[in-house]
Amino acid sequence: MEPVLTVADLSVRIAGLHILQGVSFTVAPTGVTALLGRNGVGKTTTLRAVMGLTPRGGEVSGAVRIGPRDALLTPTHRLVRDGLGYVPEDRCVFAGLTVAENLRLAERRGSPPDYDRVFALFPELARRARQRAGTLSGGQQQMLAIGRVLLSGNRLLLVDEPTKGLAPKVVTEVAEALAAVAEEVPVLLVEQNLAVVRRLARDAVVLAAGRVAWSGAADRLLGEPELTRSLLGVGAAGVAA
Amino acid sequence: MTVEVARDAPPAAAMARRGRRWWWRLGPLVALAVFASLPYSTLSLPGVFDGALNAPGTLQLLAICLVFGGLAAGYDLLFGRTGLLSFGHALYFAAGIYGTDILVTHAGLPLWQAALAALAGSTALAGVLGAVALRTSGIAFAMVTLAFAQVGALLVARDFGGLTGGEEGLPLATEGLPGAFVGVANTVNLYWLALAYLVVVVAVVARVAASPTGRVLAGLRDDERRVGVLGLDPYRFKLVAFTLAGALAALGGVVYVLVVGGASPHVTSSELTLSLLVMVVLGGPGTRWGPVLGGMVYMYLDHRLTSLAADLPGPLAQPLFVLGVIFILAVYFFPGGLAGLSGRIAPLRAALRRRTTTQWSETSS
Amino acid sequence: MSTLVLLTLTGLGLSALYFLVASGLSLVFGLADVLNFAHGLFLSVGAYATWWAAGHVPGAGDGGLGFVLAAAIGVLAGAAVAALVELVLIRPLYSRTIEQVLVTVGLSLAGVALLHATWGADPRPFPRPEWARGVTFVGGASVPNSSLLLVVAAALVLVAILAFLRFTRVGLVIRAGVEDREMVTALGVDVRTAFTLVFAIGGAAAALAGALGGVYFGSVSPSQGGSLLIFAFIVVVIGGMGSVVGSAYAAVAVGLLQQFVNYYGTAGLGDICVVALLAVVLLVRPQGIAGRAVTA
Repeated sequence: MEPVLTVADLSVRIAGLHILQGVSFTVAPTGVTALLGRNGVGKTTTLRAVMGLTPRGGEVSGAVRIGPRDALLTPTHRLVRDGLGYVPEDRCVFAGLTVAENLRLAERRGSPPDYDRVFALFPELARRARQRAGTLSGGQQQMLAIGRVLLSGNRLLLVDEPTKGLAPKVVTEVAEALAAVAEEVPVLLVEQNLAVVRRLARDAVVLAAGRVAWSGAADRLLGEPELTRSLLGVGAAGVAA
Repeated sequence: MTVEVARDAPPAAAMARRGRRWWWRLGPLVALAVFASLPYSTLSLPGVFDGALNAPGTLQLLAICLVFGGLAAGYDLLFGRTGLLSFGHALYFAAGIYGTDILVTHAGLPLWQAALAALAGSTALAGVLGAVALRTSGIAFAMVTLAFAQVGALLVARDFGGLTGGEEGLPLATEGLPGAFVGVANTVNLYWLALAYLVVVVAVVARVAASPTGRVLAGLRDDERRVGVLGLDPYRFKLVAFTLAGALAALGGVVYVLVVGGASPHVTSSELTLSLLVMVVLGGPGTRWGPVLGGMVYMYLDHRLTSLAADLPGPLAQPLFVLGVIFILAVYFFPGGLAGLSGRIAPLRAALRRRTTTQWSETSS
Repeated sequence: MSTLVLLTLTGLGLSALYFLVASGLSLVFGLADVLNFAHGLFLSVGAYATWWAAGHVPGAGDGGLGFVLAAAIGVLAGAAVAALVELVLIRPLYSRTIEQVLVTVGLSLAGVALLHATWGADPRPFPRPEWARGVTFVGGASVPNSSLLLVVAAALVLVAILAFLRFTRVGLVIRAGVEDREMVTALGVDVRTAFTLVFAIGGAAAALAGALGGVYFGSVSPSQGGSLLIFAFIVVVIGGMGSVVGSAYAAVAVGLLQQFVNYYGTAGLGDICVVALLAVVLLVRPQGIAGRAVTA
């Protein structure tokens, strides 16, 4: 199977700090690939580099291919229009706009929006269409952040810590929603919550010291407590060992 | 394949300094000697200056250029070294000018007292206004400094109590001045005074830049958060830079009012600060000699273009048009300014000599 | 009483002028982070284009509809120049904020000088329609019609801009972009088109201010743009950058304050009070009435 995303020797330097030093991995065209690692290792930086959102003053080198496209040479909005969905850390919904407006903004040219699908997955969004996004709860904002990228067809979704700061019940809801989404679209998921990873991920890539320290089946990683502890610093239950 | 994400003006001067040490040290001293000796030369440069080098007219023009060179260097402390974009710097220059002028002409104080008082007052003004303005940063800070300067311009224009002479300006009364500074024959003394001012400013700015405070300021320019993380208070350091720059500008004002013999409202205009900005950028922000060069060249061009105005077609007759266009081109093609030019040549030369150079990303090509 | 009415309405006329100039500035800054020093130039372009059109374009003149035509030409000219400036000068410097500001500074210096060279530094008499020269009796005071014209125009522009932001897709992009420009790009929208459009809108509003300001002041000169610009900047900072509504409130406050203090105090004191107001706002609420927090 041809991978949907190929990252080869990706290096990112920001403000003189070498954050990524030659990261290489692939993402299969189906299922969820989890991108794991300790805090601050560069998971978000990796996603953002793929998106083309590295901050000014930063240097990016290496090769990133999404389908036929060389992602590092393509402007961000073009990548997204070609079918790359991004659900950022901390959601980044537009607080001053209503839910409906947030969704409308995410409509992509040339691709008729599929509101039915989004509302089927997240009925709350239909109910709160006129509510200002800034007044939504964390969980509802997360639904919005995921829902808006689903309006159009995607080749790949990049999802960054979707369950961060959410209550356990909401975590489950989000995880279930992502599971449903992942049945149709491959997902590269950055996640600290190992229970969610176990529920969703088929493959796993672990970053450490700016490089890929391990990659393989998620089940294998989580099934071996020693491996989990040495790579992530926590036991398989998600608690510090 | 490397994709560069562009960075603001690279310190190209650093590169130029490599392998040029002795030239770099000796150069300014030679230049200083040359400038100090100019008034002894009867050399005539037709087309460049209207008279011989030691003619009063030429000396006064040169003195003005020197003052603005110093003024630009002081402004660079704010803009090039601390990253503060102030649009109201002219205010402190004008405070030095009008302060001295009013105290000498209306209050009859001897020059050194008036100068000292004007300097002290202007520095205090810079401190107070800076304390308020620095509550914001970036663009809002620029606008606020502009607004404050506008108040100054207004106060001068309104001529409260007949102090400032309003639109017509205020000529400097010569009775209270030391004889050495009065009269056309003594223009040469004013020239040396201006040269001394420039030397003082460059020395002060260089000293500050090399000190620990200077390193903090450079840190503030590059990334303010990192400074905060070190436990230092950015606000305090910025205020020090602001006040010091204001004091240097006021000192320049004291010298300037002597050189031109009076005060006129155009020194309070926002155009003056904008010109300072142009000088610094054209010369090369953050470098030791860039702003000085920029200031001197700008003032010279301004004067020259004005006197050539009758001969130049259309908009070229307006010096600001020419300078504005040069400025825009410079921002695009020469972000390091004049001082950065040598930095651009250096990599070529080094490549020719097959020496390894530092990994420096060229952004604007 | 009639003095109060007169002062209020003429003060609002001043507010209207400031708002027209500030609205574009605020949007451009809020969306693109560009401090456009050349904004005053758009005002001058509008003023001079109107003045020129009134004299040279058939059908345009200083009577009723003829003036409207002349002003329309002025507004179009302002919008066109603004769009051109954005495309040619600003866009290539995308994300390099300081360089963008520097370029607008250079442009303002060169642009004013160009106007100087073409039409001279002296104020030129401005075409004024008959009805704009008259007065209307409101609450016992004779209010100059040019003031009322400004107020009405500014109110219409405010409504138009707000409607545009609320009901069009580009307006949605702009509102979102003011909040989080990067996320808009991450959703697949090319914000750069919005930038050009915002510049054009700002240019049009400023040009309108130039045309109506010409009627208000009775003349047009190259330096007019610059002096108004400083007060527009103050209005933008007090109102909050990126907020058109904030600019409206701030413009009202500044215009009224300036007018009343200049009248009851000495001339010029009002201007100083405005700057004092700015200082107070900065000390108490640096992000302005309605703005997002101001960062470097």
